[in-house]
This record gives sequence, C-alpha cells and structure tokens, in this order.
Amino acid sequence: MRTIRFLLQKEFRQIFRNKIILAMIIVMPSVQLMILPLAADYEIKNINIAIVDHDRSSYSQNLISTITASGYFKLTGFENSFKEALHLIEQDQADLILEIPQGFERNLIREGEQKMFIAVNAINGVKANLGGSYLTSIIKNYNNGIRLELSPATRFSRNPSIEILSSNWFNNLLSYRVFMVPGILAFLVTMIGGFLSCLNIVKEKEVGTIEQINVTPIKKHHFILGKLIPFWILGNVVFTIGLLISWLIYGIVPVGNLAVLYGFIGVYLLSVLGFGLLVSTFCETQQQAMFIMFFFMMVFILLGGLFTSIDSMPEWAQIISKLNPVSYLISVMRMVILKGSSLNDIVPHLIITFVFAVVLNTWAALNYKKTT
Amino acid sequence: METVIKTENLTKRFGDFIAANEISFEVYKGEIFGFLGANGAGKTTAMRMLCGLSIPSSGKATIAGYDIYRQTELIKKNIGYMSQKFSLYDDLTILENIQFFGGIYGLSNKQIKDKSESLIEQLGLHQEAKKLVVSLPLGWKQKLSFSVAVLHEPKIVFLDEPTGGVDPVTRRQFWDLIYEAANRGVTIFVTTHYMDEAEYCNRISIMVDGKIEALDTPSHLKKTFAATSMDEVFYQLARGAKRGD
Repeated sequence: MRTIRFLLQKEFRQIFRNKIILAMIIVMPSVQLMILPLAADYEIKNINIAIVDHDRSSYSQNLISTITASGYFKLTGFENSFKEALHLIEQDQADLILEIPQGFERNLIREGEQKMFIAVNAINGVKANLGGSYLTSIIKNYNNGIRLELSPATRFSRNPSIEILSSNWFNNLLSYRVFMVPGILAFLVTMIGGFLSCLNIVKEKEVGTIEQINVTPIKKHHFILGKLIPFWILGNVVFTIGLLISWLIYGIVPVGNLAVLYGFIGVYLLSVLGFGLLVSTFCETQQQAMFIMFFFMMVFILLGGLFTSIDSMPEWAQIISKLNPVSYLISVMRMVILKGSSLNDIVPHLIITFVFAVVLNTWAALNYKKTT
Repeated sequence: METVIKTENLTKRFGDFIAANEISFEVYKGEIFGFLGANGAGKTTAMRMLCGLSIPSSGKATIAGYDIYRQTELIKKNIGYMSQKFSLYDDLTILENIQFFGGIYGLSNKQIKDKSESLIEQLGLHQEAKKLVVSLPLGWKQKLSFSVAVLHEPKIVFLDEPTGGVDPVTRRQFWDLIYEAANRGVTIFVTTHYMDEAEYCNRISIMVDGKIEALDTPSHLKKTFAATSMDEVFYQLARGAKRGD
C-alpha cells in the first residue's frame, strides 16, 4: 500500500506540472462539447437545387416557391434546359435537379396527373437520399393542397387517406443535440483515458526511467495500479466536467440515477485504461503507441454506434461491435441519461464491461515484463 | 573474501549475435571492480543480466547469493543500478526523486528524511534541492543518480559509464563518492572508457567482442602486457576487436 502511495504521489506531481496535459483535460471536453453538437448533426440543410421550368405557369411558380420556402433548399440555378442544369451539378453547384415539364399546369388540372423528373447527385449518399425524399414530400404536400382546392371536401372524400401521428418518446423534439451530446461525452472519456494511460507508460520507456523502475524490487501489480488510479481519477473529472457542460449549455440532465451512471463509468474507465496499458506494453516509442491507439480508436468510434446505428450494420460488423467497449458506453449513456434506465436495465452492459476490464488489465500486467 | 558476484559461462544471444560469450568471473565484497571494453563489446548486456533486467541465454550466475534466473526480484532488492542514460525523473525535484525511490525501496519516512538531508549536505545541493532535476548540469545529475542508486544501502551497485561526458573536476568528485561507498562495504561494479578511472579500480576486466580477455589488478595487467599505462593495455587488447561502432 505504501508503495502505491509513493507511485500516486509521483504521478500526480508529474501531471500537475505538465501544464499542457492539464489544460487539455479541461479544455478538450469543454470545447468539443460546446462546438461539436452544434455542428455535427444529421439534419441536412442547404441542399442546392437547380430547377428547369418548361411550363412557366402560375402553378409551377407556386411549386417553386413552396420548395424554396421550406428552408431546406437553396435555389442555385434556374435554367432553360436540363443540359444547363446538369452542368451545374458537374460544377458541384447543385445537388438536385427538378425538371418541370411543359403542360404541367394543364395536365394537373385536366388529367389530374403529371409526372416530374428529379435528378439527384448521389456522390454524397446521405445528402442525396434526404434531399430526394424532402423534395418528394414537399411535392406530395403541394399535390394534396391542389387536390383540396380542385375538389372541395365532400362528406365522403373521394381520396381517403390515412394519416399517421406518432409521438416521440425520450427526445420529443427529435433534437440531434440530445442524441449527440451523451455520445460525444462517451468519446471524450474514452480518448482521454486510453491515450493518457498508454502514452504515459511509453514515455517512461522512451526516456529510460522505466529501466530505473524495473531494477527496483517493485511489484508489477503495484506499478500497474500506480498508473491506473491517477488516470481513473482524471477520467472521472473529465466526465464530470462534461456532464456539467451538457447541463449548463444543453440543459441535458440525466433522467436516470447519477450513481448508476458513475458506477458504470468507473468500470468502463478501468477497461479503457487497461486497453491503453496493454497497447503500451507492446510499444517502444510514443509514435508507435499513437498510431496503434489511433487505429483502434477509429474502429471503436466508427463502429461504436454514435454516428450510425449498430442495428443496421452488416452482421460481421455487429459481431465486432460486441467486442467494442465504446458501443456499451454509448448505449448506457443514452439509456441512463435520456431514458432514465435503472441499474437493472444495464446489468448486461455492466457485466460485459467488467469482463473487458479484467481481461485487458490482466493481459497488460502479464505482458509487462520487468525482466526481458 | 566473500564473493558477491559469481558468473560461470554466462552467455546472451540475440538471434545469431552473441552479445556476451561465456563470461566467467568473481567479484568480492567491498571491491571496486572495473568492467572495461570497447563500444559494442557487450558490457551493457552483461551488466543488464547481472541486474536482473535481462535473462541470460545460458550459463550460471549468483548475485549477492541469489540466482540470476529464478530470484531476479531478490537480486533487485540488494543492488543499485545507474544506467548509461540519466534515468531519474526530470520533472520532479531532487527531493521528490529521493523521496520516490526511497519509498519504492521500502525506506521508512524517517529514513527518507534523514537520507535526503545527508545526501543534500554531501552533494552540496541546498540551493537546488527544490528545483526540477531537468535544470541541473550533467555532472550534478550523475552525482545525484549515484546517490539515489545507493540510497537503500545495497550490497552491490552497478554503474554503467557513470562519468561519460562529465568534466574532470566533477569526475574526481564522483570517484570520491564511489570510494566513500566502497569504504562502507558496498561493492562497486563500474564500466568506463576513461583509463585514469580504470587505475582507481581494485581489479579490472577487459571485454573484447563479448569475451573477457583479461582480468587482474591494474598493476599486474600492465606487467603482463609490458605496458607503461592502462591506455596501452587497453589498446593492445581492443585493437583486435572486430565489433564496434
């Protein structure tokens, strides 16, 4: 126990003397949580649309103003022919082309039917998809409006329609911030914990101080604990700062029990720190360590379920994500913070994360050799 | 005389390369044993094995009575080590370094306090005691390293080129520290490239290409090789070396 006290004392002295690390621990969560959720969301706005109107009627004018008034589209071209409009797409000035054919108004009124052409630049899949469907639904609404006008409502409408009203639970305004903030917080805790623990040990290898440690009779598990505990505490500090920021700026207050949340974070941090330690036992230089950590972090993050839903990933990716500690954290964060899940609900996550922590730390301790 | 280091055919291979080739020698208690050799001769490799940092490929050795294969952690309790590279914590002060290593070796708080005071006194570092080690000149750093290596009163202390790059005055002071420790009964195992320092040793061994080619007192060696100085002895032996940098 005494040895650990000396190790902790040394570690904290070094951390508090390293102004950059200290600043990063506070600045990183603040800046990232303040900026990222405002910018990084899935809502697609500012879709550039080029319109080719061959009809030039009051109906077509009406449709165009409905589209531009929706707020999602920016009219970047009003061309005479499809060819010219296509040119805009080639120059990347337009994402969509809507071609309104000649006789649009006439056909709509007389025949009650008119086809239109939408061409979508599908290089950016998400933008294209959403843009196309926004546009389709705007046109559909417009069409419904005309139908109402042309055939005044009778008691039994000729066009019966089913309307679906849904109510959104846990995030009733469908705000992306509410969805993203807990996720970004999950990353911050992961990145800071993983990188700090990994680089710290590799730095000792690089500078050569670890040799001086290895030649002392210090016990391996003491050394590992001496590295785990300080970064575990720092991880909790970062998490707390993050929670405060999400409360102050986004008004997100965990619906569930804070103790449950901290309990899970505690176990989770052990597993991330264990991962960092494990990587450090394989690396000789900080450069190697950075690259290896970066590789795994990218995989963990992209397959973690923050940006894309795990349920819609291919099966092999779903299997990988079962081995990804980040995915458990993100889902627990959302469960506890947004849904108010209780301890019982997160027991499976907790057990798996605990197993990760035990396996990774044991492996790291076994792989750390005082004598080579 | 009590033997504190005893090696028999100690060998370390890295793949095809034999860094240390069947080295056998004995070192006695309280002796200053100089371990000489050209760059790349295998001194550091041999020393790392003796310190329990590296497991030998073959051969036998006991350090302070403990087996080099099975009892590395017991060996570590009884030795001090100062590596070629300065390896105290740059971002801790002198006092903090002493406190840390004292604590790791299991010294009591009172022992740490007393040791710190006498060490600061001995090295004349009153002004610098609370300064970060990074700001110290090299010579002072080396003296501090040595003092930290003998803090827990080990039976043997291993010094790997402790005076490399240090000015002659400070080197002299460094050797005063070594003599002082030897007088307390600490066995000193030291590598060096300075032949004047070799003369200060009780006995020296000279390694060439992983093998020990000569082992005796400096005066006997000079006689054997019909040389007037240690420089000449070393030159005669090391000239035949095929390895080096």
